[in-house]
Amino acid sequence: MFTMPTLNYAQLAPILIVLGGALLGVLVEAFLGKRQRGPVQVTLTLGTLVISFAWLLHVKNDMSATAAVGSVATDGFGIFVQGAILVLAFLAVLLIADNDHFAPAASALPGSEEEAVAISSGIRTTEVFPLTLFAVAGMMLFPVASDFITLFVALEVLSLPLYIMTGLSRRRRLMSQEAALKYFLLGAYSSAFFLFGIAFLYGYSGTLSLTDVGTANIFSAGSPVFLYIGMVFLTIGLLFKVGAVPFHSWTPDVYQGAPTPITGFMAACTKIAAFGALLRIFYGAFFLMQLQWKPFLTTIAIITMVLGSIAAMTQRDIKRTLAYSSITHAGFLLAGVVALNKAGLAASMFYLVAYGFTTVGAFGIVTLVRDSSGEVTDLSKWAGLAKKSPLVSVAMALFLLSFGGVPMTSGFISKFSIFTAAYQSGNIAIVVVGVLSSAIALFFYLRVVLILFFQEAPTDGVSVVIPSVMTRIAIGICAVMTLVLGIYPNLLLNLVNTMATLVH
Amino acid sequence: MNILSIVTLFPLLGVVALAFMPKTNTYQIKIVALGISIITMLLSFVMALKYKSPASGFSYVTSHPWVSSFHINYALGIDGLALVLILLTTVLVPIVVLGGWNESEGGRWSVKTFYMLILVLETFMIGVFAATDVFLFYVIFEAMLVPVYFLIGGFGTGERAAAALKFLLYSLFGGLLMLAAVIGIYIISAEQAIGSFDVTALSHLTIDHATQNWLFLGFFIAFAIKAPLWPFHTWLPGAAKAATPGTSILLLGVLDKVGTYGMIRFCLTLFPDATKTFAPYIIVLSVISIIYGAFLAIGQKNLSSLIAFTSISHFGFITLGIFAYTSQGLTGATFYMVNHGFSTAALFLVGGWMISRRKSAAIDDFGGLQRITPVMAWTFFIAGLSALALPGLSSFVSEFLVLLGTFTRYPVAAIIGTLGIVLAALYILILVQRTLHGPLKSGNESMVDLNLREKIAIAPVIAALVILGFYPKPALHVINPSTTSVMAQMNVIDPHVLAGK
Repeated sequence: MFTMPTLNYAQLAPILIVLGGALLGVLVEAFLGKRQRGPVQVTLTLGTLVISFAWLLHVKNDMSATAAVGSVATDGFGIFVQGAILVLAFLAVLLIADNDHFAPAASALPGSEEEAVAISSGIRTTEVFPLTLFAVAGMMLFPVASDFITLFVALEVLSLPLYIMTGLSRRRRLMSQEAALKYFLLGAYSSAFFLFGIAFLYGYSGTLSLTDVGTANIFSAGSPVFLYIGMVFLTIGLLFKVGAVPFHSWTPDVYQGAPTPITGFMAACTKIAAFGALLRIFYGAFFLMQLQWKPFLTTIAIITMVLGSIAAMTQRDIKRTLAYSSITHAGFLLAGVVALNKAGLAASMFYLVAYGFTTVGAFGIVTLVRDSSGEVTDLSKWAGLAKKSPLVSVAMALFLLSFGGVPMTSGFISKFSIFTAAYQSGNIAIVVVGVLSSAIALFFYLRVVLILFFQEAPTDGVSVVIPSVMTRIAIGICAVMTLVLGIYPNLLLNLVNTMATLVH
Repeated sequence: MNILSIVTLFPLLGVVALAFMPKTNTYQIKIVALGISIITMLLSFVMALKYKSPASGFSYVTSHPWVSSFHINYALGIDGLALVLILLTTVLVPIVVLGGWNESEGGRWSVKTFYMLILVLETFMIGVFAATDVFLFYVIFEAMLVPVYFLIGGFGTGERAAAALKFLLYSLFGGLLMLAAVIGIYIISAEQAIGSFDVTALSHLTIDHATQNWLFLGFFIAFAIKAPLWPFHTWLPGAAKAATPGTSILLLGVLDKVGTYGMIRFCLTLFPDATKTFAPYIIVLSVISIIYGAFLAIGQKNLSSLIAFTSISHFGFITLGIFAYTSQGLTGATFYMVNHGFSTAALFLVGGWMISRRKSAAIDDFGGLQRITPVMAWTFFIAGLSALALPGLSSFVSEFLVLLGTFTRYPVAAIIGTLGIVLAALYILILVQRTLHGPLKSGNESMVDLNLREKIAIAPVIAALVILGFYPKPALHVINPSTTSVMAQMNVIDPHVLAGK
């Protein structure tokens, strides 16, 4: 017999609004003329995100584990993460709206006549807006999903648009397409791992609910080996998304190949969504099995921190440098996951938001540095930029110092709170390694600062384009948040402390 | 807002004022920077005159919640140790501004940027000594590196970018080790009572030996890099060589003192047992620093790096006094910090003027300055004498106290340390002989003597060296109570002197 599921639409509305906006965006693509599409899509996308956020504020105190028959858990943690994704997606869309980052005809072969025709006709790519909204919807569902099927669906909904968006770069088409393909193939593998893990967990516990799997090992008569296999495979799928070593190899290529605003969007929002899901799973479903997974995840965190920061030192390209930096940060965030206490949850939430602002800001600045053929990401060309554009250079230095965790920036408070949580849980090894790899990581952030400020500009140097109003707003907000959260972190710390609750 | 907060934050007012001034009017910018730093100095004098040594803890205490979820406070307060170092800072900044009147020009950035950085740095330098919250101290300790980095990299000479980067990386690395220790002690305080970063509350914790040792090392290495103690010193000569003389004065005269200040304030009082465990090893490092710094100073061909190496030797004396943890040793070390600040300032000021006139820092290029620039030569000579701790100059008092204090606990170290004095005479007198005496070397003929501005800048420094040399009582009077309280917190007394008295 089939019973109608009872859905609490009020609590699901933030996600549904974004999905609705995405579908409207598709209709706009189909029915509006080329000229009107651009402004309409930007307005629609930003509007959707704002409405969704407003609705989220409206329902922020409704906690329940049964918003969608036990498949979605809306709790303080989930709502906070959703809000963070919406805010950062909003900022990223402001960057995306600066229109000349995307290929007019992404399906055309690089260098083909078809492509030339598309370029000369002045077509503007606007599909990217509904794709962004679809991805945002998936990202919002991912950290609140409380059964494995919903989790998988959310993972796919967030990933598929990103694969396409990666391939849309206007310049260096071949690299962009290669990045998209690589991302897609490796993403598909990781999804397969993820599903495989779910199958084992189901086989072991007979349930797909995160909560029930969590208590299953007390009651189940099955061999725990299946539980372990399931946990490992599921974790691998998630670690791939957050870009932890050794599942990180896609990150530099994809970050480099994707259009820069998309990279910023992915780096900030995907990380938040994926860590949201990771935290929910490990703080919830796998909490009782911590003796089994903690050593595994601690090891991953340590090698991620160390290898990420060492590999970053040799990079010559700003986007690749930032990619390795994001890998290192994934390591620090994993330290928050293995802390497994309330402080760890709150610290991770703070970290994700602070890191998100800094990341969007940093990639925003990368979009501005160009020469005649477009964006320039080769660091040697950035030499002496501070002389020509002091303001942009100071902002970039601020973001880099924040990545490095220098006091008075948000990155420092993030690092401090996450190490405090890890120390509190008795995991001193991770603190010591974290501190040492921070020191290594500082080297390459400071190297970029040195290039910007203290090297002589080459003759074929780059210039900073006058940013559009939207880009200016996005970078401005990111810079202000990076500074404010560093000097007066109370604003966000108090919020994460009250919101750091999980329902089971 | 109490006067300590006002003194700390006042230079920021100057930063705001400078931000609104046009870049082109450099004279006006300099006057504003000088004015602000002089007012800060006068305010600090007012504070010092009204200062009374507290029975225990700190004076001028103020505390406001800052990051409440981690119990972090904006907490300031000073004792004698902090007071003398704050006074050193507020006196040196206007002297640097006045003495290095033209060194802000010809840098990578505008004059305005230079003075904004200097004033931001002044707030940090005062704040770092005034902070009684370990977290606040740490934040300032790290944040103050950023203005120095840009001062060296933007306005220095030669390999300035590389030197600035090396300086920053070393310091930040040490800072990160300290961060781990700061977190550690906070967690311990949270386990034993409510979490706290208050330095007095933290000194009441009971920490087991092994943990104390690790936490001690976290703090100590950061301070040893800052101080700098052999073998953590390698960043210093490069930085001093590349920085402008004014920046070098602040760097060696004040910033490096944060290291030795931190050793007393945090290492000794928070981890007394670990201090006793490690003291013999640190004494060895200090003695090596004294001898090594002195020997390398003798061999230097560059004036700035020579002064930098003499400082390494002097910092050896300071750490020697600190880790002998006797009352003479600690008082001597604290007083040494002040005197070294002034004598380094004198050396770099006059040395800087010599370098800028000769357009060269190589010692071999100078010679016979006594004949054509007698005032400059004499002031340099006096500065040199204070570096070699001639009796009658203030550095003699402190060096004597340090060696005396050390002798009662570590006689061998004190005896070897005394060799440092002999070597000091060597490196200073050789320098004086080569640059000031002898026949006039070619290239020096067109040198001009000190002008009025330079005389005004150097006069207070020499006055301080002489006055404190003959009458050190006011300084020792405020330092002594804090020494007593550090000894009490460590629960140690002076060792008995067995013979000779």
